[in-house]
Amino acid sequence: MELIFILIIPIAAALLSLVPAGKKFASGITIAGAVAVFILTLRAVFAVAGGRELTAVRNWISSDGLGVLILLLVAFVGLTSAIFSRGYMGRIVEAGKLRKVRRYYFRYNLFVFSMLSIPILSQVSLVWVLVELTTLLSVLLVSFENTAEALEAAWKYIVLTGMGAAFALLGILILYWGMHIAGGEAFTWAGLIKAAPAIPPALLKTAFIFILIGFGTKIGLVPLHTWLPDAHSQAPAPVCALLSGVETTTVLYVVLRLLPVLEASKTINTGNWFIVSGLISVGAAAFLLIQVKDYKRLFAFSTIEHMGIIMVAAGLGGFAGHLGAVYQILTHSITKSLSFFAAGSVFLLLGSRNISSVKGLIKTSPITGAALLIGGLAIAGAPPFAVFLSEFSILKAGIAGGNYLTIGLLTVFIVIAFCALMFHVNRMVFGKPAQEPLNPGLPPAAIVALVLAVIPVILLGFYIPGPLNKLLLYAASSLGR
Amino acid sequence: MIDHSATPTLLTQLNALTGGLFLLSTFGVIAVRQVLGCLKMFIIQSLLLSASALFLAYYYSSVHLLAVAAIALGVKPFLIPYLLRRTVGEELTSRREISQVLNISTSLLIAAGLTVFSYFVAKPLLSVSGGIITAVNLPIGISALFIGAYVLTVRREAVPQTIGILTMENGAFFAGISIASGLPFIAELTAAFDALIIAVVMGILIRKIHERVGTTAVGGMKALKEE
Repeated sequence: MELIFILIIPIAAALLSLVPAGKKFASGITIAGAVAVFILTLRAVFAVAGGRELTAVRNWISSDGLGVLILLLVAFVGLTSAIFSRGYMGRIVEAGKLRKVRRYYFRYNLFVFSMLSIPILSQVSLVWVLVELTTLLSVLLVSFENTAEALEAAWKYIVLTGMGAAFALLGILILYWGMHIAGGEAFTWAGLIKAAPAIPPALLKTAFIFILIGFGTKIGLVPLHTWLPDAHSQAPAPVCALLSGVETTTVLYVVLRLLPVLEASKTINTGNWFIVSGLISVGAAAFLLIQVKDYKRLFAFSTIEHMGIIMVAAGLGGFAGHLGAVYQILTHSITKSLSFFAAGSVFLLLGSRNISSVKGLIKTSPITGAALLIGGLAIAGAPPFAVFLSEFSILKAGIAGGNYLTIGLLTVFIVIAFCALMFHVNRMVFGKPAQEPLNPGLPPAAIVALVLAVIPVILLGFYIPGPLNKLLLYAASSLGR
Repeated sequence: MIDHSATPTLLTQLNALTGGLFLLSTFGVIAVRQVLGCLKMFIIQSLLLSASALFLAYYYSSVHLLAVAAIALGVKPFLIPYLLRRTVGEELTSRREISQVLNISTSLLIAAGLTVFSYFVAKPLLSVSGGIITAVNLPIGISALFIGAYVLTVRREAVPQTIGILTMENGAFFAGISIASGLPFIAELTAAFDALIIAVVMGILIRKIHERVGTTAVGGMKALKEE
């Protein structure tokens, strides 16, 4: 039952956000809805960690370990972003433009709805529609600030991902064709895995290539990534946290779901497809990280890097590789949302997106400086934060599997990316302040969001709670055959 | 779906004719010089898509495909152009030549190459399974998909790019009705609805770009790039 409520609540919150009732009503409703969704998701996590698969409507709405993990991430980032939005919108939108704020929350809730429903729905053809909806419902959030740059970013976003969606649609239709030939009954993830050995390999391979190109656009795999740094840097910071932290992940989840389906066929070298496309992304992103001038683009390129790392880990295969992949999904989402909240706080303080105009943050605003430093260190993969552990587990899995070349390249790229990220973050946090801040301090809601976001980033570096650990194990096992 | 016979009947010939015209209208999206012409080609293409769905519904005696044809007929040639007109406004009907990266004759040549390529892509699939209907619809659908993607890269204006995306979706569906006719009905319905939202969102965005930047030649927007 939890799953149905998780789908209903954001839609209700979206509709209520449009009610013209006071200045803080829309944000209050959104936060309340996000809290409710988060609590329901925790219930789902405990149920799945207890070894039970959640089914609301058979063959349509159900979720297993991997699905619930993604659900948890979307619910968590959806909550912290809702809180951060309250502070951010209060500063960005001029007082009195209440209609604009209401529309923002309406779209925000619908966008969160589309992402929550992807891991919940098990009907593959509907998953395609929802992936397309995540784009369509977030485009107008990307163009929210209505500047020429924001509109350009939104246009590139919808054109490239719309093109990808059409490719993925044909891929999914071919997949259905294959399942039909194989005599499968239900076009669900589980049904596909069951029918996979009988699907003709030619169909499976063509379908996979179309889906990889199509959804690869959305995930931001190089060379299909060109829209990503634009959209992820021009959107308002709380939306960036959602786009970078969880939207890419939910689409990556769809591609990862195909892994056990493809491995049924011996003629397709699935692992290599994943490793090669992943390594290209990590490598290109590592070098592009060096030249950025805009600190939000910095974190956007880091997202491309992390998507690549997850693809490589999934391609390495074996239970250890799959566990590394789902672990990296978890740590990336929570850390990236913190990084974008920190970036958004810097923007609220200084009103500039340039790295060169930000100096000595730790003196002008200790909270923002500390958040940016922790976010930067954590996302770059420094110990003792969570990303370090997950990257380490991937490297370990690769070496144990004897993939020395892949791991060698991956290590080099991660080190380059680490140095590039730290170089930029270091310049922004330390040194002598270059300018007086526009605003004296951060809005209280933004501080609450930063604190909430930083807790798991630090905690998961030391300790993984029992149910979460179980969830990761279940998620990893659903990637294998 | 298993084909009942491999011999060409009147119905399969009609479907092949529809397929040929569908491909021709896709070439038309590349060949016309004006925005309104692009939209007209899309309307013709969508009508042909519904016609093919109708023939296939009769051929397979499938009520399901009949519904698909009806939805496609209602949404694509009528509702989408209407909504685009409502959201985009006069920019849609302005008589102005579309600026593009390559000229039209080169573009047509490349489109012909893409069509040949899509037969290569479809060949291994057709050798596994598929009868006389799939052999027409699948490669033509794939070539419409590729040609739509090509339109997106060479046409530098917003409305033709929107038509490019809608053409790609039409292509995927043209192939889809022959290979995945048993797809859950709700999936077909939501997918058609989805095409509608694409048109509305892109229309709103085009209007915003026009208000803010003063032109819809999106190819000229180059503020965001790497150093």
